[in-house]
Amino acid sequence: MFPIRDAVPLGTGLTRFRVQAPLVARAWRPGQFVIVRLCEGGERIPLTVVEAFGDGSVTLIVQAVGKTTRHLCSLAAGEAILDVLGPLGHPTPIERYGRVACVAGGVGAAELLPIARALAGADNSLHTIVGARRADLLILERELAGCSATLTVATEDGSRGRRGLVTGPLHDLLGTAEGLDAVYAVGPLPMMRAVAEATRPLGVRTYVSLNPIMLDGTGMCGGCRVTVAGHLRFACVDGPEFDAHEVDFEELMRRNRAYTAQERHADERWRAGGAPGA
Amino acid sequence: MARPARENGRVNAPRPRDRVKIPRQHPAEAHPEGRRSTFDEVSGGLDERTALVEASRCLECRDPVCTRGCPVGVDVRGFIRHVVRGELAAAAERIREANALPAVCGRVCPQESQCEAECTLGRRFAPVAIGLLERYVADWEAAHRPVWERPFARTRGPRVAVVGSGPAGITCAAELARKGYAVTVFEALHALGGVLRYGIPEFRLPKHVLDRELRLLDALGVERRTNFLVGRTATLDELMGEWGFQAVFLATGAGTPLFLGIPGETLAGVLSANEFLTRVNLMAAHRFPEHDTPVVAPRAVAVIGGGNTALDAVRTARRLGAERALLVYRRSRAEMPARAEEVRHAEEEGVEFLFLTSPVRVLGDAEGMVAGLECQEMTLGDPDRSGRRQPIPVPGSGRVIEVQAVIEAIGQKPNPIVQATTPGLLTGRHGVVAVDAEQATSRPRVFAGGDLSRGGATVILAMRDGRRAAAAIDRALSAAAAAE
Repeated sequence: MFPIRDAVPLGTGLTRFRVQAPLVARAWRPGQFVIVRLCEGGERIPLTVVEAFGDGSVTLIVQAVGKTTRHLCSLAAGEAILDVLGPLGHPTPIERYGRVACVAGGVGAAELLPIARALAGADNSLHTIVGARRADLLILERELAGCSATLTVATEDGSRGRRGLVTGPLHDLLGTAEGLDAVYAVGPLPMMRAVAEATRPLGVRTYVSLNPIMLDGTGMCGGCRVTVAGHLRFACVDGPEFDAHEVDFEELMRRNRAYTAQERHADERWRAGGAPGA
Repeated sequence: MARPARENGRVNAPRPRDRVKIPRQHPAEAHPEGRRSTFDEVSGGLDERTALVEASRCLECRDPVCTRGCPVGVDVRGFIRHVVRGELAAAAERIREANALPAVCGRVCPQESQCEAECTLGRRFAPVAIGLLERYVADWEAAHRPVWERPFARTRGPRVAVVGSGPAGITCAAELARKGYAVTVFEALHALGGVLRYGIPEFRLPKHVLDRELRLLDALGVERRTNFLVGRTATLDELMGEWGFQAVFLATGAGTPLFLGIPGETLAGVLSANEFLTRVNLMAAHRFPEHDTPVVAPRAVAVIGGGNTALDAVRTARRLGAERALLVYRRSRAEMPARAEEVRHAEEEGVEFLFLTSPVRVLGDAEGMVAGLECQEMTLGDPDRSGRRQPIPVPGSGRVIEVQAVIEAIGQKPNPIVQATTPGLLTGRHGVVAVDAEQATSRPRVFAGGDLSRGGATVILAMRDGRRAAAAIDRALSAAAAAE
């Protein structure tokens, strides 16, 4: 069992957890994730680790979007998660690029924060763009500002920062005299694809962290396979980060819809009062 | 029909020329119609009467060739003789000398190509049903004299790490614990068993049978560490350094599925047999939504391959409600590597076999979901390196089968993580770890076995590796202790 030490609401439908997982905390590097299973009968889902602490705890930030994440977000300090496996995937290779744009969409800000901090620590000049549909879905603005030279906020409804998508401010950065040396983007697939298309004509190195359907997270199911530069890759062991210009986003979006009907059914059942793991 | 007569607790076994007249006994099996909607075990095994009759068929050959056919060298003649005498506890003891998982092997071993292939009786008659007798003895033992309730000496010898908890790992851990080593088993998933857990379905190997066998590890004082991926949670070097393990047995299996590389393979609804079976076996997806993990449930499904994994997948699909469950195999029935019993069971359950058929392309609908599988006919040419006749495409023989899911069961390769994170560990093709005859790798005090060093084999061969590695680890650590 992995005890929850702390559970704090963070914007609408989002929760920040401190979970005691000493082995994960010790081995974790930015970019890596864990697979969690909440209870007997529960499914295994991947979650990005946002921070790791010397006391053996890790931070997980979870958006309640389906049955399992809703269940997780209903848990409080003092309760526990049955299984936490990790850290999984390759750590982000941290280099000194120069001027780097970190672009986050929605809960992707949680996945981006550790990468941004590591890039800042390696003497990169960070220009961060945080986007969300509405102001109440923006998270980690202060934390990201803390490691960035500039921070731009964009909301689709204009309730905070610039109105529109993250690609607006990104085009501005790309258009400056200094340009950009690298871009990291984490968020919904359409957003990551839009970032890739924005940087492709300029040949700016662009990396995305993918979050496809995963079962074991150790390379055994192949559910997370993505086509990258025409080759089959497993996001869990070959990723989760890939060159954005080489990823077949259309295919990944189709694959991620494989269980939409079942996911909706499970979610509706949970909201109607289904018991955990039942 | 000649039968053994039991008098005063002793058995007067029939004379050899009468024994050959006794027909081979068959287990009760669930009716094929009923099997389509349940994951309950198909074979009911032998009962007391049929087991005794079957055991009495053994000719008790002076040279027990059956044992030579067993990869772990079970004393078949010896344990069957105990069964004939009604000494079932002694029979179980005899099997356990060589085999830590008798209830598993009695169910999943390909006996027809091992012990039963050697059986003298089989030259002219049906061979003794050695696998069914092994299962009978193991199930009797579990019910009457559970091995995990016996006291075992708990010593605190040198610490050994066993990485992976499939058949190779379980066997090695049990052997080493019996020798007095302090053993820890590391498993990446949340439950022990490896392929016995995620790969082999309930209808062939009920999970309660596996759980029962695993309790032996607890009785022996073996420490279980689940949710631990060696190479990521801690590296092998860390295990041998700060964690204090004197030796390591790597048995992480061949869990990475291979894909054909045909067009359309990344459509939603194309999945590896590993993923399909893991969803059902490990995550109980057949009980969705009571259990959270979903699984595809197509009206028609094509499973590609001819091995046990392919048969497990196609029979599972049938049980999930597929009206058409097709097995697409590019060679003919004679070349199928699957167990004969599984092929028969699949046929009884209404699985359709498309032999000499090879997939060319997966077709999708507008939503990117699988809509069909384009195949071509094959003909058999000369034998290839594996000794099986090589399939050759027949020009102009293409056709499309309407299916909503395609499951690929064309083989696996070793999971790459341990190899990639362990400097100096030599590997061959597909990342198969190189070992010598003692299962030793290129790294001192690091041994490997099972599918990790074979690339894909059987439960029993993995167990043989585990046994050999345990002996080699014992020799290496004893020598090291003597040198100090």
